[in-house]
Amino acid sequence: MRITQGTFSYLPDFTDEEIKAQVRYCLDNGWAYSIEHTDDPHPRNAYWEMWGLPKFEMGNLDEAMFQISDCREAFPNHYIKLNGYDRTKGRQTTTLSFIVHRPQDEPGFHVERTETHDRRIQYTIRSKARLAG
Amino acid sequence: MAGNNTSAKKSRWAAGVTPYAEMGYYNADYEPKDTDILCAFRIVPQAGVEPIEAAAAVAGESSTATWTVVWTDRLTPYEHYQAKCYRVDPVFGTDQYVAYIAYDLDLFEEGSIANLTSSIIGNVFGFKALKALRLEDMRIPPHYTKTFQGPPHGIVMEREYLNKFGRPLLGATVKPKLGLSARNYGRVVYEALRGGLDFTKDDENINSQPFMRWRDRYLFCMEAVNRAMAATGEIKGHYLNVTAGTMEEMYERADFAKELGSVIVMVDLTIGYTAIQSMSKWARRNGVILHLHRAGHGTYTRQKTHGVNFRVIAKWMRLAGVDHIHAGTVVGKLEGDPNAIRGYYNTLRANTLEADPSLGLFFAQDWASLPAVMPVASGGIHAGQMHQLLHYLGEDVVLQFGGGTIGHPDGIAQGATANRVATEVMIQARNEGRDFLQEGPEILAKAARWSPELRKALDVWKDVTYDFESIDVPDAVPTLTVS
Repeated sequence: MRITQGTFSYLPDFTDEEIKAQVRYCLDNGWAYSIEHTDDPHPRNAYWEMWGLPKFEMGNLDEAMFQISDCREAFPNHYIKLNGYDRTKGRQTTTLSFIVHRPQDEPGFHVERTETHDRRIQYTIRSKARLAG
Repeated sequence: MAGNNTSAKKSRWAAGVTPYAEMGYYNADYEPKDTDILCAFRIVPQAGVEPIEAAAAVAGESSTATWTVVWTDRLTPYEHYQAKCYRVDPVFGTDQYVAYIAYDLDLFEEGSIANLTSSIIGNVFGFKALKALRLEDMRIPPHYTKTFQGPPHGIVMEREYLNKFGRPLLGATVKPKLGLSARNYGRVVYEALRGGLDFTKDDENINSQPFMRWRDRYLFCMEAVNRAMAATGEIKGHYLNVTAGTMEEMYERADFAKELGSVIVMVDLTIGYTAIQSMSKWARRNGVILHLHRAGHGTYTRQKTHGVNFRVIAKWMRLAGVDHIHAGTVVGKLEGDPNAIRGYYNTLRANTLEADPSLGLFFAQDWASLPAVMPVASGGIHAGQMHQLLHYLGEDVVLQFGGGTIGHPDGIAQGATANRVATEVMIQARNEGRDFLQEGPEILAKAARWSPELRKALDVWKDVTYDFESIDVPDAVPTLTVS
């Protein structure tokens, strides 16, 4: 099952050149970029592990690609995403966030239902399996 | 205008009828204070009525005046409470004038759209000396803005809550809008969400009818939303319309939606300003996003010389506190001049705005960090227009494809996927620095080579445009509808 979080999940996986173009867009806008990875891609997991600190200074494209490649090497079976961040007043939030690496096998999720009363159901979304580290 | 035309000006306090302009409601030397609420009215005076007198009458009738002199004014510092028309401009080539009127902050109750509107549009629209009247724009000073909390979440919080960044959000209104049973209705929700949309939506007139009662709809829709979340790993939502006949029923429905875990509920503009403010407080208290459908607005926003311009409604609703509001598509089936719509979108999303006549913005506006409202584009749009939608509406918008999802020949999920692919490929092209407006059709065609869903959508809707002249356009620009 292909998880479709992120800005570009409905497109074929980006090549390194395509990833670079998006990093360039962040840098051109004066945005910081950051790399995060996780073995728990639950839709409400807001805190993936940080791969280093966000790059606030004018980073360069090659460095970003090295970082992604290092992270892939360290966690081949995790999800890895690249985020853009705009600190300008009134925005102060993530502006771009897309998956740059996926585990080979994506276990996906299932719905757990707890039937309560008067036809009410409480839903819980759970991972079908924990990813190997 | 009734009143005397004798050369000898009578005393301000003589009994009888005195022209409004002579009672202090017109003052060309008045310099608006930073704390004043300013209004721009488009007025068409009746034959024989001087424009300045007509404008002064609007100032008078929307503040302290009545039709005749009253001595009880003298018990008050009436100059303070009188609205003052300080400028009247003719609109070239028409019988219209734009009157600028300043209102002191003391005229208005804090945090009440009902009071603000009862004052400014309460009585004056029926005034006989005017052939037509329209409230075009308002400058709300931070001093008044700060008496409201605005959107319960706002664009930034909504995106962080939904974990969706860098692209327009996508939605669809369930169709047919009337007649589906709750179980069938939920099927449409499930298919559209699992196919790639972020939201589905009740239509404005889906409340609780005999063919589908609200409670049944909510239960089936939340089953669909949760199934789609598991199928995609994304947060999904369905705007459950809680519009009802009484506040008590609306609270009951909203509480049930919250209990079932819905991230969003919706109301219609028809419930009224006070009910909207109440639902805004409920939404903030309960952490549920609040969507507003502007049902009924066309009755008073569309005609050039009558009513209230939508940009004013947009300002009132940002104060009242909604997270989403329908604000036009430019390219779809409903009224919308591109420049006027840019003005609405800027009004909803920006923190500070400069006056810009080409966008219909008569005043600068400082929102004092009030959270932004997410505009919603809905009505007759499809994937083949993605480059135009992104160009005109930008990224912080919900694009709603109802027919443009459910009408896909291969199915609802496929329609949803087509819209999502078109969105993402256009964002990719924009970020890569391409001229996506010019190259849009080519960008879509290229993606359609690997996406059969997009290919079918482009084939079916390629010739659909709504090429009609816009009715409500700013004065300074030529009439234009984008096809």
